[in-house]
Amino acid sequence: MTPTTSYQQPTARGYYGQFGGAFVPEMLYPNVEELRTQYLAIMADPAFQAELQALLRDYVGRPTPLFEAKRLSAKYNTRIFLKREDLCHTGAHKINNTVGQILLAQRLGKTRIIAETGAGQHGVATATVCALMGLPCVVYMGAIDMERQAPNVARMRLLGAEVRRAESGSQTLKDATNEAIRDWIANPVDTHYIIGSVVGPHPYPDLVARLQSVISEEMRKQLLEKTGSELPDFVVACVGGGSNAAGAFYHFLDEPEVRLIAVEAAGHGIHSGHSAATSVLGTPGIIHGSKTLLMQDEHGQITEPYSLSAGLDYPGIGPLHAYLGEVGRSEFIAITDDEALTAVAELSRLEGIIPALETAHALAALGQLGAGPDDVVVVNLSGRGDKDLETYLKNMDKLV
Amino acid sequence: MDRIKHAFASKTNLLNTYFTAGYPRLHDTIPLAKALVEAGADILEIGMPFSDPLADGPIIQGSSTVALANGMNLPVLFEQLKGLRAAVPETPVLLMGYLNPVMQFGVEEFCRQAADVGVDGLILPDLPLAEYEEFYQETFKKYDLKAVFLITPQTSEERIRRLDRLSEAFLYLVSGPGTTGGTTLPDAVVQEQYFERIAALKLRNPRLIGFGIADKAGFDRACGHAEGAIIGSALIRALEDVADAPAAAESFVRGIKQA
Ligand SMILES: Cc1ncc(COP(=O)(O)O)c(C=O)c1O
Repeated sequence: MTPTTSYQQPTARGYYGQFGGAFVPEMLYPNVEELRTQYLAIMADPAFQAELQALLRDYVGRPTPLFEAKRLSAKYNTRIFLKREDLCHTGAHKINNTVGQILLAQRLGKTRIIAETGAGQHGVATATVCALMGLPCVVYMGAIDMERQAPNVARMRLLGAEVRRAESGSQTLKDATNEAIRDWIANPVDTHYIIGSVVGPHPYPDLVARLQSVISEEMRKQLLEKTGSELPDFVVACVGGGSNAAGAFYHFLDEPEVRLIAVEAAGHGIHSGHSAATSVLGTPGIIHGSKTLLMQDEHGQITEPYSLSAGLDYPGIGPLHAYLGEVGRSEFIAITDDEALTAVAELSRLEGIIPALETAHALAALGQLGAGPDDVVVVNLSGRGDKDLETYLKNMDKLV
Repeated sequence: MDRIKHAFASKTNLLNTYFTAGYPRLHDTIPLAKALVEAGADILEIGMPFSDPLADGPIIQGSSTVALANGMNLPVLFEQLKGLRAAVPETPVLLMGYLNPVMQFGVEEFCRQAADVGVDGLILPDLPLAEYEEFYQETFKKYDLKAVFLITPQTSEERIRRLDRLSEAFLYLVSGPGTTGGTTLPDAVVQEQYFERIAALKLRNPRLIGFGIADKAGFDRACGHAEGAIIGSALIRALEDVADAPAAAESFVRGIKQA
């Protein structure tokens, strides 16, 4: 059956169903409007595409392999493939977005780059492309995240970026995002804000999803080669804001037979009061300029999410994911800190791959899919675990 | 009676003061309103604290955090505001805040209660113009609440004219690029060119200049280019760590308004 409407495209005003839009103060309007009116034309330009494709190949290292994980497959009695985004330059999928956005920023005539970061992966990916292009870079990072992801702070500084501490609120990703937006308000002309996930005001969710969609574009070709069909039965990805999931789902969105599994962080447990499971705990509201599901109290104050993983403790999800969940196109699974840690150990021992803590949430969902021996499951291995070594060392008792 | 129109028709060099409801103490809201007006404030903007105030600098962020910790929320605020018109019968009062708490409260219910307690207008910086026209304008009108729109140095003339057509109160001229408290004000020449460019448009609404105005000199300078000015962060700073917030507010406003 050919779908009559596509899940990929938001409306002209950036809506996926009731979710999305651009709820920005007037101070941001010209910046966002400039981007909105230009991003599609710039991205459609063959010269832009040629430059992007060359960088993805020669700098990022694409295509990333699709690896059949045989020992993991044996354990779960199904056929599991890992999409190796952890092998991208800088160690995660985040750079797919930053190479695209820096080329866009250059074409918009911008001379200064800002970004927010949680786990530090997006900050590192942004600092990296800024070094490559010779542009000054400021990365906002929550004070707490700077502690728990110290190696990434050092990497950003080594790459020449200035890392600014976000001290307000919960001192994590949401506050770093607030600070980046305030910086953009104060520097409306020369600065481009490279947002790190499929969140924020339109056109960011669409822009980032398009740039990450290379993941599922490659998956289809690689699956055809390895399984004889472009379509798997399941695609599994973790969701912080939702960029690696958006990229992994994108070219399967309009293939209803492919089940799309979005894995959230349950922290200490969904209803423990220390969780980041937005699809369960969230209600519609506005965060960072987007109408989406978010965690908030009865008075509309945004609450502080918790996950051991610094890349998943965002109180919202991208509007695309809120929509896919609402209409039943994707299914959400929530994974606790401990389940994720167990999955870290499992992949390390069974396949010789140490995953990022965020990614481990996706892996931990394998036991809950109900996949059979003939099913093909693709897990988007969004990042590698180097940045999390300190957390892993602290939790060694749960890893052995 | 339209309190906003009346204020602009009967006064010049209007001082609009912003303060955060529930700061520094939960029940300071009405005493502060009364003290500000007695000292000479011409318009009041009462901030509804929000956890993630994107358009605000550190001072207003800080006051919002304190106010929320004090227990401020919309039901508490509307309860307090039942005493508003007994305290300040004539002065235009606007509620300023972010869209999310208003959405959760319910837009229609919010407007109904605001109108009931005698609020004249609303400033919701993250309410986009297109959304306003499509979903909010009618409700605002039904309760006779005036929407106030912001203009920045980057706002195009076409958009300014559209905002001017939609507005029945005043236009809020953001003094330069930055959040409240005014972090990166452009140099004085650039800023004056901007104010004069807006003045030359001969808009139907009066204009108030805000963001980064901290003292009498700044207020007087703004009044040279518009009908008046808005002071927020500097007032809030003056309320920090004082035993008697209304008294501190009063002396702050007298310092601005003295001849
Ligand atoms: C390895 C990895 N995976 C996933 C995420 C979550 O982000 P998103 O949901 O946008 O993919 C992060 C964020 O820092 C990350 O570093």
